[in-house]
Amino acid sequence: MEHIRTPKVENVRLLERSSGQRRISTGTLYLSATHTIFVESNPDTRRETWVLHSLVSGVERTPSTPAGSQLMLRCKDFKVFQILIPQEKDCSDVHSSLVRLSHPEKYSELYCLSFNPSVNKEEREESWRFIDLMADYKRMGVPNNLWVTTAANSEYRVCDTYPSEVFVPKSATPAVIVCSSRFRSRGRFPALTYFHQDTLAAVCRCSQPLSGFSGRCQEDELMLQAIMKSNPGSDYIYVVDTRPKLNAMANRAAGKGYENEDHYTNIKLQFIGIENIHVMRSSQQKIIDIGDMRAPSMTDFLWGLENSGWLKHIKAVLDAGVFIARAVADEGVSVLVHCSDGWDRTAQACSVASVLLDPYYRTIKGLMVLIERDWVSFGHKFSHRYAHLDGDPKEVSPVIDQFLECVWQLSEQFPCAFEFNEHFLISLHTHVYSCQFGTFLGNCQKERRDMRLSERTHSLWPQLWEDRAEYTNPLYKAELSQSQAVLRPNTTPYCFKMWKGLYNHMDKTTPARQSPADVLSAVREESQQLEEELTNHQEVPPGGTAHHNHQHPGSRQGIPHTKPLHTLNAR
Amino acid sequence: MEFAELIKTPRVDGVVLHRPFMPNVEGTLCLTGHHLILSSRQDNTEELWLLHSNIDSIEKRFVGSLGSIIVKCKDLRVIQLDIPGMEECFNIASSIEALSTLDLASLMYPFFYRPMFEVVDDGWNSFLPEDAFRDLESMTDEWRLSEVNKDFSVCPSYPPLVAVPKDIDDDALRKCATFRHGGRFPVLSYYHKKNGMVIMRAGQPLTATNGRRCKEDEKLINATLRPGKRGYIIDTRTINVAQQAKARGGGFESEANYPQWRRIHKAIERSNVLQESLIKLVEACNDQSHSMDRWLSKLEASSWQTHVKEILTTACLAAQCIDREGASVLVHGTEGTDSTLQVTSLAQIILDPACRTIRGFQGLVEREWLQAGHPFHQRCAQSAYSNSKPRQEAPVFLLFLDCVWQILRQFPCSFEFSESFLVLLFEHAYASQFGTFLGNSAAERAKLCLPEKTVSLWSWVNRPQEQERLSNPLYECNNLVIWPSVAPQSLLLWEGVFLRWNRSSKCLDEAYEEMVHIIEYNKELQNKVNRLRRQLAQLETEDPLLQAP
Repeated sequence: MEHIRTPKVENVRLLERSSGQRRISTGTLYLSATHTIFVESNPDTRRETWVLHSLVSGVERTPSTPAGSQLMLRCKDFKVFQILIPQEKDCSDVHSSLVRLSHPEKYSELYCLSFNPSVNKEEREESWRFIDLMADYKRMGVPNNLWVTTAANSEYRVCDTYPSEVFVPKSATPAVIVCSSRFRSRGRFPALTYFHQDTLAAVCRCSQPLSGFSGRCQEDELMLQAIMKSNPGSDYIYVVDTRPKLNAMANRAAGKGYENEDHYTNIKLQFIGIENIHVMRSSQQKIIDIGDMRAPSMTDFLWGLENSGWLKHIKAVLDAGVFIARAVADEGVSVLVHCSDGWDRTAQACSVASVLLDPYYRTIKGLMVLIERDWVSFGHKFSHRYAHLDGDPKEVSPVIDQFLECVWQLSEQFPCAFEFNEHFLISLHTHVYSCQFGTFLGNCQKERRDMRLSERTHSLWPQLWEDRAEYTNPLYKAELSQSQAVLRPNTTPYCFKMWKGLYNHMDKTTPARQSPADVLSAVREESQQLEEELTNHQEVPPGGTAHHNHQHPGSRQGIPHTKPLHTLNAR
Repeated sequence: MEFAELIKTPRVDGVVLHRPFMPNVEGTLCLTGHHLILSSRQDNTEELWLLHSNIDSIEKRFVGSLGSIIVKCKDLRVIQLDIPGMEECFNIASSIEALSTLDLASLMYPFFYRPMFEVVDDGWNSFLPEDAFRDLESMTDEWRLSEVNKDFSVCPSYPPLVAVPKDIDDDALRKCATFRHGGRFPVLSYYHKKNGMVIMRAGQPLTATNGRRCKEDEKLINATLRPGKRGYIIDTRTINVAQQAKARGGGFESEANYPQWRRIHKAIERSNVLQESLIKLVEACNDQSHSMDRWLSKLEASSWQTHVKEILTTACLAAQCIDREGASVLVHGTEGTDSTLQVTSLAQIILDPACRTIRGFQGLVEREWLQAGHPFHQRCAQSAYSNSKPRQEAPVFLLFLDCVWQILRQFPCSFEFSESFLVLLFEHAYASQFGTFLGNSAAERAKLCLPEKTVSLWSWVNRPQEQERLSNPLYECNNLVIWPSVAPQSLLLWEGVFLRWNRSSKCLDEAYEEMVHIIEYNKELQNKVNRLRRQLAQLETEDPLLQAP
């Protein structure tokens, strides 16, 4: 609370804006430890707007006008709020308070550590067990005679950014694992992420080898051999380096690089060309700038879209996933995926491939499992990438944004293949940044354990699961999972669209009642109620009293002339 | 002339047909006077029946003695025919070329087509101006139906009957006609029931460089203003283009002579620019090898989306004047047969819920395009694959349909028809077995005796089976004015037309079917529950024991 210079300012005007749409209201502004709250003074509505401090990415003071001083709040979910404060002094107090509040320096300042929903300790502990990764590995069919868990990384001894429990080829000995780990950037040795039961091919991940120009490591070579041997159907593996080849070559000068095909037998090296986090950061900024343009022409927009390069990057990530999925499903060849450290592009490529390969990851629960596995457990640096704490701005990058967008682009191509809708993806995006739950806090499993987050915060997943009705895609056809188990998307450039729902989500040009998905959801809900009513009306066997729900006396029905006995008795 | 003269080789065996998304078919190729037919004579394989008039251009290729003809259609489809034998290939190609470029209206297929269905509701009589006027009369008595153009002598591109202000007599109309491009004096296009404001349309005033004026014209359009009210003139050209038009005898209404009107200039592009834009867009869509950058820059360079945005923006402006400002509007460009009609018809889609029904939309196309004298025959003579130098071709109507699609996509529950109706209209405007889109004006259609000699597209569309196929399952009547967003992010490429033959729509069709299924299942349940409820009510009245004490 010490950062709040003024807790309340009256007669403030709030302007919510996005392209083409503006709404102005007058009211009172409150600053709490966690939120900026604006309460409209109109007594009929008293509409409240809550903005979480941790969602604020920037607070700008724009030049004062006769009407007062202006603040502009930019949020990480791409919302923009403009606040007009009558007194200069109040404005400057609110500004400096918000600048500090939106740049927390310690984890303890984050909302999840004060957020206290009304659940007891048992429920909270239970919430952390909601997603069970081991159960998912079991679902894929591991461990089996090809893949086993290893104790090598217990207590994070070998790799501190990996989960303690990982799956490796059965033939990989602990010595091979440990030595391979020493030959890989940040110790991130090859480990299983997805096993495809239909072909027995696997997707594995790691970081770049520390090969430089001539370095080699026999154990690492053995490790890749072991991966190949764990797929009886194939005599080689693909090594997918998701970086542009030039970047990978440049890394050799720093003692890193990529696998030398002369040293590794039976591998096929493939570069994909996903750009690094710095390129992605500035690309997304350009997309946001498009949204800020006032009345852009079509040329401004299309030129801006091209110039941002954003859709090109989305296509690159999707193409990486498509390559892996094709290798695994169509060729039956296992794939080892890496980039530099193996926690950004590798996470993107592996998780997109999983969505393409396995219908389970297209369900609400399945996508949670996938994010928990490929992103949370394998040490994607959430707190650095999404600026949870005030830190190095060069570490920030919209890596998971791109994964979520790939899923959205896929859902546009396959409208019946996903159990969840766009709101679910947008909600996930917000939670990655908001720090309301402990799920995405920290940069790896070890950090989360050391912070005892499961005791001090709540897990996001059960909350989303509880709200699943609002995240359900009415067009989802579970039975398609049989016929369309593997998705084969078209990645021709014209198949990609700008994700308006995320980047312009206040541009409510389509009124709520006009969204086909919402209409269909409402229709389905009504159908469900009708079905219930029909069951209640169902015929009672002559003379029987069996199974009759009598919630509504008016909805009772006997056909023909059969009456529920106890109704008669009651009279 | 006999068609047989043009058909050098009527049939060839062993021809292989390549089509998008369908397996290749080998069969016999036949040329008739109006169709290119490929038949495999096997059950279960779909045959190809292609109207020659649907062929935009062809290309020949030879590999050894195997010739291939690439047929590019006006509906943007591209198919390939592999024909064994050089001579056969040449003969077929030149026959197709001759047959697909016949320009004589009376040789067109609609004059030979005999419907395989019973015409119950004759489309030629479905949308008569007198019927539309009867509706207007029920709302206002300020307008009358004039027969001044009965013999098409006052304005060759107008229909025989037009609605004009009641107080303006036919002599004044004749004088106005001499002051407006193509004789297109201001006529009523739309009456807004809510506040009595109107949209009128006309050709440009012929003020020329000396600032000619016409008292009758001024009187005519002022007659539509309520006392003390001002109106808006929307000129679809930029001020520069309008200025330049003066040198060629055209011009615009000056403030001095039309003090009660505020003039607004917009920038909707004209014929050749639009045709070129279509060609570039289709070229960009058909090249699958593009990188993302190249695709986006080609899409931008085609300017197609810019045209869509400009047209929609202008239509919104007209609708805004009517509904928000409470002011009447006069729309014109140069001739008043292209951009003018885009604006007046789209404004009606925005303002009038009746235009968003299947029948209402037909009425709109009939009133604002066919009877209003959009030269369909000239504009739709060639499509995106034409090699010849464009003369008067321009995708003016296609742009209108694209704009309607944009609004439909933004208001998916407010239209009784689905996208397929718009695609169908696009196809038939360019090539059809029906007579509806033949000719350039009501006068030409009358001369061709189309109602007597051809079948109307509307006769086909208004059969219950077709209505069902074209209807939108999400439709719920929305009596409000609908304001589309014209922000560039809100306007998408019309995939249903431009990517139709490039990417499979299987998954999208599946989603559509699922949507229909969800809604039909709901209706079924509702019927069941209602039946049971009725039975229950009946039982309760019959059986005293079940009645509440």
